[in-house]
Amino acid sequence: MEEIITKELESQEYFINMGPQHPSTHGVLRLVLSLDGEIIRNVEPHIGYIHRSIEKMCEHDSYQQIVHLTDRMDYLSCHINNEAVCLAVEMGLQLEVPERVKVIRTIIGELTRLSSHQLWWGVMGMDLGAITTFLYGFRDREMITDIFEETCGARLTMNYNVPGGLMFDIHPNFQKRTKDFIAHFKKKLPEYDDLLSNNVIFRNRTIGIGKLSKEDAISYGVTGPSARASGFSCDVRKHYPYSAYDKVQFKEVLRSEGDCYARYECRIDEMWESLSIIEQLIDNIPEGPFKTPTKAVIKLPKGEWYQKVETARGEFGVYIISEGQKNPYRVKFRSPGFSNLSALNHMAKDSKIADLVAIMSTLDLVIPDIDR
Amino acid sequence: MNALYDFSYLTGSIHEWLSERVSPHAVTIVEMILVGISFMLLFAILGIVLVYAERKVSAFFQQRLGPMRVGKWGTAQTIADVIKLLLKEPLMNKEADKFLFNLAPFVIMIAAFMAIAALPFAKGLQALDFDIGILYVAAVSSLGVIGILLAGWSSNNKYSLIGAMRSGAQILSYELSVALSLLTIVVLTGSLQLSVIVESQADGWWIFKGHIPAFIAFIIFLIASTAETNRGPFDIAEAESELTAGFHTEYSGLKFAFFFLAEFANMFIVSAIGATVFLGGWMPLHIGSWEGFNAVMDFIPPIFWFFGKVSFLIFMMMWFRWTFPRLRIDQLLTLEWKYLLPINLVNIVVMAFLGLMGWHF
Amino acid sequence: MKSIINYFKEIYFGLKSLVTGMRVTGHYITHPKEIITQQYPENRDTLKMFERFRGEVVLLHNENNEHRCTGCSACEIACPNGTIEIINKKVDIDGRKVKALDTFVYHLQMCTMCGLCIPACPTDAIKMANTFEHAVFDRSKLTKVLNKPGSKLMDGVK
Repeated sequence: MEEIITKELESQEYFINMGPQHPSTHGVLRLVLSLDGEIIRNVEPHIGYIHRSIEKMCEHDSYQQIVHLTDRMDYLSCHINNEAVCLAVEMGLQLEVPERVKVIRTIIGELTRLSSHQLWWGVMGMDLGAITTFLYGFRDREMITDIFEETCGARLTMNYNVPGGLMFDIHPNFQKRTKDFIAHFKKKLPEYDDLLSNNVIFRNRTIGIGKLSKEDAISYGVTGPSARASGFSCDVRKHYPYSAYDKVQFKEVLRSEGDCYARYECRIDEMWESLSIIEQLIDNIPEGPFKTPTKAVIKLPKGEWYQKVETARGEFGVYIISEGQKNPYRVKFRSPGFSNLSALNHMAKDSKIADLVAIMSTLDLVIPDIDR
Repeated sequence: MNALYDFSYLTGSIHEWLSERVSPHAVTIVEMILVGISFMLLFAILGIVLVYAERKVSAFFQQRLGPMRVGKWGTAQTIADVIKLLLKEPLMNKEADKFLFNLAPFVIMIAAFMAIAALPFAKGLQALDFDIGILYVAAVSSLGVIGILLAGWSSNNKYSLIGAMRSGAQILSYELSVALSLLTIVVLTGSLQLSVIVESQADGWWIFKGHIPAFIAFIIFLIASTAETNRGPFDIAEAESELTAGFHTEYSGLKFAFFFLAEFANMFIVSAIGATVFLGGWMPLHIGSWEGFNAVMDFIPPIFWFFGKVSFLIFMMMWFRWTFPRLRIDQLLTLEWKYLLPINLVNIVVMAFLGLMGWHF
Repeated sequence: MKSIINYFKEIYFGLKSLVTGMRVTGHYITHPKEIITQQYPENRDTLKMFERFRGEVVLLHNENNEHRCTGCSACEIACPNGTIEIINKKVDIDGRKVKALDTFVYHLQMCTMCGLCIPACPTDAIKMANTFEHAVFDRSKLTKVLNKPGSKLMDGVK
């Protein structure tokens, strides 16, 4: 009798394909969930739907041409990706770039980080059901994209860096626009707190959800705000300063809880830090050339170079092997999204479907960055 | 009360006119058909107006303009949408349970139709004046969950099924809070009949007359009724960022339009109940002994008062939807069983005490 | 007792946070002047792109239908995607056979607007235009010939 009862009440796991087309995977990520009712037992990410073999394409391109391919990886922190490639090539050429270039790169990099976090904030709210935040996030991001469009010539895939400096000098309006933006955004950022951070529903949805301990964060290779929320101090800007980050005062945002809310808070605080970095630099852009002249055909000497930078999502690395040709022999990108995604199963196990959405949006995944 | 605005003369004269010509049975049938047609028209207009209103209101909350292209200020946008939905191909999942799949939208619509019959729109403008009006409306308006469960089950889609199951748990628990918060007022009125409840508010609405307990009951009703209509922040049955579209993932064309319409119709119905019980239905706003003010208020026809109050409540529900994130299923049930229900029960006792001592106005 | 106080505290602060959120959205619905929507096709006349905006590659011509392209193919080499194809011809100038531009083929469908071709040009013959409405119904229309028919090299450009 007992056997029959247990057999009849035996629950069965079932599978759901979340994606490749799903509103909250933000791209063509496919997650195979095994569910027990509402509770997730296992998450298996299937990637590769937007693989464009960027690393292989790099082997056929010259060093100037590689730069614009990195725009298409993590399109939300494209300037920082470009910067990484340029820094690696400059390291190989042993080229000293002017101070002006370093400062401008830092300012635009921080603006990129801000715009990425703004978009993330909007999307985070939308994933949790507050669609209005999406529009507010985009409203503020619009000002940054305008700055980019005026100075760099494009709104998203800017391709502003070239090995040796910048493609052209900053626009005369750049400083004024940036200051306007800072003034505007300092007024709007507290609204973000009113809408989400302090909201009781939002706090209940995120606090204690998707815990990631510091040890797990390190062993999964999680970087960026997602890892700093677990207490893993991994800010490349602080530990291995590049460009003008050694000249500015900023603190590395660290949290110890490691849950969704900590990751959320980390990014909100990073926005404040980015604003302060831009404020320190915007009036102090040194005069000078915007580019160190390079040869039309750049040939790196034989050797290997690795440069890492801090994108909005974490540590982005460029590894170039050169055989002395005008094309690299091999290029490897270390993209933060790929490693961050690998911790998803660990974090989302035994939580609910709604929690998975919250965890994914606090990981801030950009799918082309994962697939490359 | 201004006799000009009393609809019972109009309805009475129609009844007399019919009675002179045909037999009593035929009168009932003709009247039923007339009422049915007018409610169908009301539903169609409600759907068109509310969808437009929702799109515009959400747009203004989000610093957008909303539909602007079709007609002046996009007023004809919903009509264009209706035409689009009518022309769309009604797709069906190959493995779907065809009978239940087709039945589900109608179940939801019929539930909405049954509920709207008992609503008092104005003096004398009420199709059915039961003596258990509130009980009837509360019971019938939750029948829609059967349609949702059928839709989720028959779609042969796991997303739909999860959405339907969530919705079942949600509506069953929130039905309690809706009914109990309405009961809080019934303690004072002493009647379940909707017309009596409205008449009892001629000298002031219950939300003012009932002190704090009535206000608490109103807040609870607002929360619970938002949940009962499956609207955000309680839209876990649809939850487009989790379940793509929840229980109506597989529906398209006209059948989808039915679900869509039923959502807005339900929103109207719960707002109408709230307006009737808490905000005095079609009764104008009267303040104590301000004769002049009260006389001015009497000039506004009751039907405008009714629809004005309903739109206010609908606007509040839209405001909720476009501000808050969505709750998780377990938090939703926690909210109901740990917060709303106990508070509600205590509130009823307090209200009964108030009523016993005659401390309300 | 403490748990009861906490219970009501929770409700109070929860409701307060919800009202704070509603005040933000309530502010925006009562301030329709802050609406940021741009009605795009209607505002075409007033819509102005920034001068540096990279829309598509154009070959500059002056009023005499002369351009500055010598057909050196520097832009073709600089382009990462094979967007630009330079086809050259031989022309007689003072009895000498000289290389000159025949057709400047530009495949808009392959262009990523990276702007690498512009600094590569030694004679400043091409620039990025501000146009952005590139949608067409036929893919073949995206392959453009940039030099106008009958155009020739400007005097003095080498």
